[in-house]
Amino acid sequence: MALVESDFRFRWRRLSFFQKCTWILVYLLFAVITVTCVLPLAWMLGTSLKEYSKIFVYPPNLIPNPVTFESYIKLFNSVPFFRYFLNTVICAVTVTVSQLLFSSLAAYSFARLEFPGRDKIFMLYLCTMMVPGQVTLITQYVIVSRLHLVNTYGAIIVPVMFGSAYGTFLLRQFFMTLPKDLEDAARIDGCGKLRIYAQIIMPLSTSALITLGIFVFLWQWNDMMWPLLVINSEEMRPMALGLTLLSTSMFGTDWALLMAGACVCVGPVIILYAFCQRFFIEGIVVTGMK
Amino acid sequence: MQKSKKKPLRENSPLWGYLFILPNFLSVIVFVLIPIVASLYLSFTDWDLLNKAHWVGVSNYVKLITKDRLFKTSLLNTVLYAVYTIPIGVSLSLILALLLNSRLMVCKTFFRSVFFLPHVCTLAAVALVWKWFYNAEFGILNYILESVGLPGQKWLSDRNLALPSIAAMSIWKSAGYNMVILVAGLQGIPSYLYEAADLDGARGFTRFRYITFPMLMPSLFFIMITATIGSFQVFDSVMVMTRGGPANQTLVYNYYLYQNAFQNFKMGYASAMAYILFIIIVVITILQFKLMGKRVSYDL
Repeated sequence: MALVESDFRFRWRRLSFFQKCTWILVYLLFAVITVTCVLPLAWMLGTSLKEYSKIFVYPPNLIPNPVTFESYIKLFNSVPFFRYFLNTVICAVTVTVSQLLFSSLAAYSFARLEFPGRDKIFMLYLCTMMVPGQVTLITQYVIVSRLHLVNTYGAIIVPVMFGSAYGTFLLRQFFMTLPKDLEDAARIDGCGKLRIYAQIIMPLSTSALITLGIFVFLWQWNDMMWPLLVINSEEMRPMALGLTLLSTSMFGTDWALLMAGACVCVGPVIILYAFCQRFFIEGIVVTGMK
Repeated sequence: MQKSKKKPLRENSPLWGYLFILPNFLSVIVFVLIPIVASLYLSFTDWDLLNKAHWVGVSNYVKLITKDRLFKTSLLNTVLYAVYTIPIGVSLSLILALLLNSRLMVCKTFFRSVFFLPHVCTLAAVALVWKWFYNAEFGILNYILESVGLPGQKWLSDRNLALPSIAAMSIWKSAGYNMVILVAGLQGIPSYLYEAADLDGARGFTRFRYITFPMLMPSLFFIMITATIGSFQVFDSVMVMTRGGPANQTLVYNYYLYQNAFQNFKMGYASAMAYILFIIIVVITILQFKLMGKRVSYDL
């Protein structure tokens, strides 16, 4: 750190006056953008802790005074929001775990095993990835309702639990980069395919699995459109949907309540982000560019 | 029978391969491939979810393109949304990425984490906060405007401002994401190019114009394509903030599709919309490849 700093000072001294002014402006700009990024979230938190009578105070004030948890209490008592939260957690965790399992199995097969038609099937996977979601949306809904899954966790979980073409593709690309020597050694020692998958490929791919896992988890956690279609009873709603419909219900003007809901919805994701930031950001680069 | 069951699968049998992809592949068939084909079929019918579907030929497509005024509105709104978000959003992320990647920047990790934060958050939840920011009476945005002496606006209930307001939130949400991709692109540029440029005396803008920009083209290209496709997928923010209003000014393509399919139950009609969207996306992608494709490959 000290090295970086002295490096910075060294470069800074070499700048002309004009350049120094420009850089001060740049830092100002960055400060403004930092505030812009954080303010909506801070506002969310601040409002959720305000008393109902203090929400519409003009001029607006970020800091709640006095701090009260009445909105959170109301959120969990008057609205089945804790149930929404549970629904989201159950669906997101199940989908993430099972998608990782099935996608990695398929990806291992595409990357390492040999069977007739393998590359053709893989091409088919690539092709389906180019089709926008709307094309499959309506018929997916029909299939889910024919399977009598509407209004159950199954409606949210089943269509995605066996992994997507995308996840399989991503892991397959990663598995291709793993050295084959370990597997060859294991095979000579009499290791079966399933064991090679479970004890060699999977442990070597932790970072790729976490990256994909976070991607899938976030997608499930934040998704609102699909649940809107397949969930129609109040207590089965996941949080993103529950919150959206809450804002159009009789609680629609109770902004402290809505913001409390938004905090419960966003909070866990931000905590996860704080701890596994590396995977979020690297994941974007990997999932985006490859 | 008993015997064959006990006999394990031969180690080099191709069945292993099929066995491993089986659950995944079945799921792709049932939930992706069949829907793709079935939607195409539905788009030529008048299916309404209750009655039997009748084959109506291309009349859904004809009706959409020639008669449906709202279809045109939704398409126009989507294009406008893309025009609002992409040029501003991409240039903003490019500027941020360049500055962040500069050697004079300190606290890089901090800034990167904070700028990326909006991308992580649930869209439905942050759209709700923004809806309140935009509130004409109690919103913080009007308060800021009025405190510097500018007149307050009605934002989401103003016919001309509603769509740009949603677009502004979308820029807020995606700028950090795009910036991270561009920073990765910048870091992938080999330093010997800059060293060579130094030897040739290239400075400042020349370096940017002849090294950074062309080398960054693949990342920029990627962002443009995803952003274009993304504007056709907008749904959550419209659902939370305006529900297509005021006066259909924020009726975007995806929202209109949703209304047709799941509020009016015009499944065949909505399927036709989905396929038109598919065609539009394919055309845009090909066009962008044609336009920029020649400049994209600088593999070294």
